[in-house]
Amino acid sequence: MSQSASVSGARAPARLALRQRARRLARTIWKHRWFYVLLVPSLTYYLIFRYIPIYNAQIAFKEFRPLLGVEGSPWVGFQHFQAFFRSFYFNQLIVNTVFFSVAKLVLGMPAAIILALAINESRFRTFRALVQTLTYLPHFVSWVIMLGLLLALLSPSSGMINEAIKALGGQPTPFLTSRDWFRPVVVLSDIWKETGWSTILYLAALLGINPELYEAAAVDGASRWRRIWHISLPGIVPVVVLVTLLRLGSILDAGFNQIFVLYSVPVYSVADIIDTWVYRSGVLDFQFSLATAVGLFKGVIGLILILVANRVAKRLAQQTLF
Amino acid sequence: MSRLSSRNERGFQLLVNGFLLIVLLVIVIPLWRVIMTSLTPLDVYMRGGVPFFQWPWEWSWGAYQQMLTHPSFPRATLNSVIITISGTALSLCLTVPLSYALSTRTLPGRRVITALILFTFLFHVGLIPVYLLVAKTLGWTDSFLAIIVPPAVGVTNTLVMMRFFEGIPEEIKEAARIDGANDIQVLTRIILPLSKPILLTIGLFYAVHYWNEFFTPMLYLNDQNLLPLPVLLRNILIGANLSEYVEYDLSRVASIESLKAAAVLLTMLPMVAVYPWIQRHFTKGTLLGGVKE
Repeated sequence: MSQSASVSGARAPARLALRQRARRLARTIWKHRWFYVLLVPSLTYYLIFRYIPIYNAQIAFKEFRPLLGVEGSPWVGFQHFQAFFRSFYFNQLIVNTVFFSVAKLVLGMPAAIILALAINESRFRTFRALVQTLTYLPHFVSWVIMLGLLLALLSPSSGMINEAIKALGGQPTPFLTSRDWFRPVVVLSDIWKETGWSTILYLAALLGINPELYEAAAVDGASRWRRIWHISLPGIVPVVVLVTLLRLGSILDAGFNQIFVLYSVPVYSVADIIDTWVYRSGVLDFQFSLATAVGLFKGVIGLILILVANRVAKRLAQQTLF
Repeated sequence: MSRLSSRNERGFQLLVNGFLLIVLLVIVIPLWRVIMTSLTPLDVYMRGGVPFFQWPWEWSWGAYQQMLTHPSFPRATLNSVIITISGTALSLCLTVPLSYALSTRTLPGRRVITALILFTFLFHVGLIPVYLLVAKTLGWTDSFLAIIVPPAVGVTNTLVMMRFFEGIPEEIKEAARIDGANDIQVLTRIILPLSKPILLTIGLFYAVHYWNEFFTPMLYLNDQNLLPLPVLLRNILIGANLSEYVEYDLSRVASIESLKAAAVLLTMLPMVAVYPWIQRHFTKGTLLGGVKE
């Protein structure tokens, strides 16, 4: 009896402090009430268009039947995931997806670095601005337009490159429907489209290098090449690390729009990536549950990879990715 | 010594600018080829395909005439304009209040809300759950809503705008509050007039996205009359049911290749026209924080 009284006596000030803090919080919230009004539309948007899909993703563990709906469909556990891991297309999809991601990174990044260095070194201001303007432009062009440009170059009947091959006495090659050529076309067209835009980050890093370093090196008689090698390149290493980590974190995003526009039945075996397969099996073949399971698999791996990449970036470059 | 280094310097500049010239040619030649293809007269094309260079007096505008006079092209343009304008307006109306509220450091719950938004950026469940929501639950098949609403708020754009609002000094807002304005009025009367460059930049980024979008219209729109330009262009390029989109065999004034090239350029034109404005902003570095992806 006396014990409980002493305990409640000790709790009383704590409870008082808690009540005080709650009141203070309520006051702060009331002071910010108009900000919450501002948040209502966009948070409603996020709830409906970003969180309901996450809720819908439960059909990955169900046998979805449109008439029964998301909730009413019966549970089947990991059946769809097992079916996917055992299927013959599992390896093919992973190989294609990772191939495109890695090839674009490994070839695209040096291209962007070299272009950024060249732009940075050029002394002709107007020419430099012209190069920047024209190389950034393709980033803003859709992949449908890219298909138009690629057909003008690669079409077997009238494409410029095939015209040249014919003029040299060779056989025209159907690049976009050839299993040998499809992958190089995808990687090179991505480089053509995105290299200019990717230089922005490297150029910003190059601008941030202290000009005194270059001057000191020039006084010491270091050639242009040595200055690039010993000053410019080390200056962009943090950006290189960040970009690499970010791209490795999204390695399963191989460029859906690009593949979707460029591929066709003859090249499915070398072109099909996870996203294009999810579209075909889900929307065209009505295998909603299986396609959702594959999409969810990709999403979970992607989340883990990007969180790991962020952790590594924090340690290596003292920066976060997002 | 100095003469030697200046000669070295000249050689180096020659190399660097020569390289840049090659890059320029690699970018320009495909575009050049498409322009020439669109302008090649039918008789020239029949004789020997598309020449690499044609004199302006040999140009034929027949392909453009045919594209623009067939009803499908102007209709698709109108659809694209409607989608782009309403989509951009909706995107800004959602992004601005969101990023303004989240840029307020004292707002209780700010970190939780930011985390909830960031989570949707990092974790994607794929196409099908969204498709079920939009097509089945909401029933937006054959409606522009399906194209406009689901991608309305971009996380990257929100973060860029947040960073901009964070940079506006607190004193400006405080002064307005003392004058009796509430926080919504502070946003509309004080902050927005100060934010024109960022509104223009983010708005243009949204507009480019909506103008280029072709997958969701393909997914949700079955009605041929609703197709936007990129979908029409894709159908023309692939050449399925070509006669639905252009009258290429009735009046033979242009080859199919010229028609395709003209369609490509006409779809590109508005993009190229607004491009200098976008470019002016991102070279200033406004967007450097947001181009991490």
